[in-house]
Amino acid sequence: MLTSRNAEAAGRMATTWQHQREARDARLEAGTRLARGKIVEARDATRLMEAVIRPGDRVCLEGDNQKQADLLSRALLAVDLAKVKDLHMVQSGVVLPEHLDLFDRGVAKKLDYAYSGPQSSRIAQMLFGGKIELGAIHTYLELFARYFIDLTPQVALIAAVSADREGNLYTGPNTEDTPTVVEATAFKDGIVIAQVNEVVDKVPRVDIPADRVHFIVEADKPFFVEPLFTRDPAAITEGQILTAMLAIKGIYAPYSVRRLNHGIGFSTAAIELLLPTYAEKLGLKGKIASHFALNPHPALIPAIESGWVQQIHSFGSEVGMDDYIRARSDIYFTGPDGSLRSNRAFCQTAGLYACDMFIGSTLQIDLQGNSSTVTASRIAGFGGAPNMGADARGRRHPSEPWLQAGREADPDGSALLRRGRKLVVQIGETFGEKNVPLFVEKLDALALAEKLKLELAPVMIYGDDVTHIVTEEGVANLLMCRDANEREQAIRGVAGYTDVGRNRDRKMVQQLRERGVIRRPEDLGIDPLDADRSMLAARSIKDLVRWSGGLYAPPSQFRNW
Amino acid sequence: MEDLSFHHQARTRAGGTRQMAIIGVVASGNLEVLAERVLPETECLLEIKTAAEGFGEVWDAVVADFVERYSPGGLKFSINDGGARPDTVSLRLAQAVRLMAEDEQ
Repeated sequence: MLTSRNAEAAGRMATTWQHQREARDARLEAGTRLARGKIVEARDATRLMEAVIRPGDRVCLEGDNQKQADLLSRALLAVDLAKVKDLHMVQSGVVLPEHLDLFDRGVAKKLDYAYSGPQSSRIAQMLFGGKIELGAIHTYLELFARYFIDLTPQVALIAAVSADREGNLYTGPNTEDTPTVVEATAFKDGIVIAQVNEVVDKVPRVDIPADRVHFIVEADKPFFVEPLFTRDPAAITEGQILTAMLAIKGIYAPYSVRRLNHGIGFSTAAIELLLPTYAEKLGLKGKIASHFALNPHPALIPAIESGWVQQIHSFGSEVGMDDYIRARSDIYFTGPDGSLRSNRAFCQTAGLYACDMFIGSTLQIDLQGNSSTVTASRIAGFGGAPNMGADARGRRHPSEPWLQAGREADPDGSALLRRGRKLVVQIGETFGEKNVPLFVEKLDALALAEKLKLELAPVMIYGDDVTHIVTEEGVANLLMCRDANEREQAIRGVAGYTDVGRNRDRKMVQQLRERGVIRRPEDLGIDPLDADRSMLAARSIKDLVRWSGGLYAPPSQFRNW
Repeated sequence: MEDLSFHHQARTRAGGTRQMAIIGVVASGNLEVLAERVLPETECLLEIKTAAEGFGEVWDAVVADFVERYSPGGLKFSINDGGARPDTVSLRLAQAVRLMAEDEQ
């Protein structure tokens, strides 16, 4: 009689459980023929790709929102299509032209991604034209999560500052996605290829241990990093200053928000520059804005120098901030070598679970408060905003802002059983660039979803997560709206002279104002005429350099001296 | 270019004694406002030359709210608009009223 145990054993003898490892070893062997140790010459990078990548592979080409494995992108683009084709790209950022050239050439076929800022227009055209088979547009954490479940890369092409001959990597301040990508690839029998700016005898610190790295390609020039988080104070308008004043006095102060994340727009840059001036006069120092999940924004330098900020954890770094960060290790996370250690996955998690507020801009907000950065011709993706700008349903620790928001949403609920709420604030001016209205009856994202036959419209932040909308017209507190109609009128009430705003029910908006659901500048004791550029702690990039004691070294496009 | 004109009754006379004030610049997305104290105390007139056509309804709404909020009786406003956004228009008009509220220098 065959017992079940025997059957199991018999099955085991007939089956191999190490196909993936064997496949990896075969790929490694093919690649090793081109390498000395782990080191492959840059001119052999394309041959290396052809040796280790198979048609249809899932490939993560490290494109973060800042750091780019640009040499490896070009090398992949040049492969012989008889050897490498139809790849499934699983990468957080589609940022370089080469990332899309891969699809034009047929090297890649399918795409799962999170962010496509600079390529937002071209990616839209290629999706419309059927050049790209779209998996989904993710948030960062969501894509990282799928690396470990159903989108595990067979090959990862990553970027680091330096490597030693063993393959230990120093990623420098822009560590970003690298540890996550390497973890998912290397521990599931994938191949990891790193482009590095230089090979050294000893790396300044080990960000990625050598046994997770299979090949090193020395690049002839440093990998590309985009200064994505630098906002020139000179470009901040009076309207943005007014909106920032409303946010500080209407939201930061009453909720005592200490732990938060800021988006990258000019409105939040204005808030950062008003902390040491306007907020200081309001007596808010020490009470708000002390702990951040945030990239090293240059605009925050004056607040840091004035003693406002206690701690910042970062997704990535920012060009020109390295020396400043080194000198301010009390504020930033730094390695034994002194330079910043960033980590996108951890910082996104921090923003989701340990921050009480997200405040950021968007391009369109509808009558339910849904917001999207997708417009008819641009698909910018989500990046991290949806993780920051979402109520974390798994959160269990109390904090005053979180509890207060929960009380406002459900004043009659039991205090001990009531969930708190993350403050999710959308900030912007009623009209954006070229007089395009921020508020719309219907998001362009819906038209796009219909056109591309997507199952889900690309909504950046869902209306039921949004708690406040701030414009130059005032603050709308959506937590205090009791039904969909109130919510719609609260949104119309701060939509100014857009069509959405002009079609408001004036009487109902007045009632909402009396209840404090809508608060106008005068309700908050703010005179719009006081909104003046002289209130900004820094009015130019040069001012920021001065505040930093010369430690901040802005990239050339931000220098006019 | 489009010319628009709005005539309103104001509740009260605009404060101050200044006879004339000018603020803003004619530039893309901005506007220049010339305010003159030349009308009867409860009259208010706005004459607009704008580079952006087809926004009459929005101007109507912005001007009505402005008159309601600041009651600029006695003032005539001549506006050269370079396609400014409504919030910028509101701000410049309010700034003009504030300048007029200052004493004659």
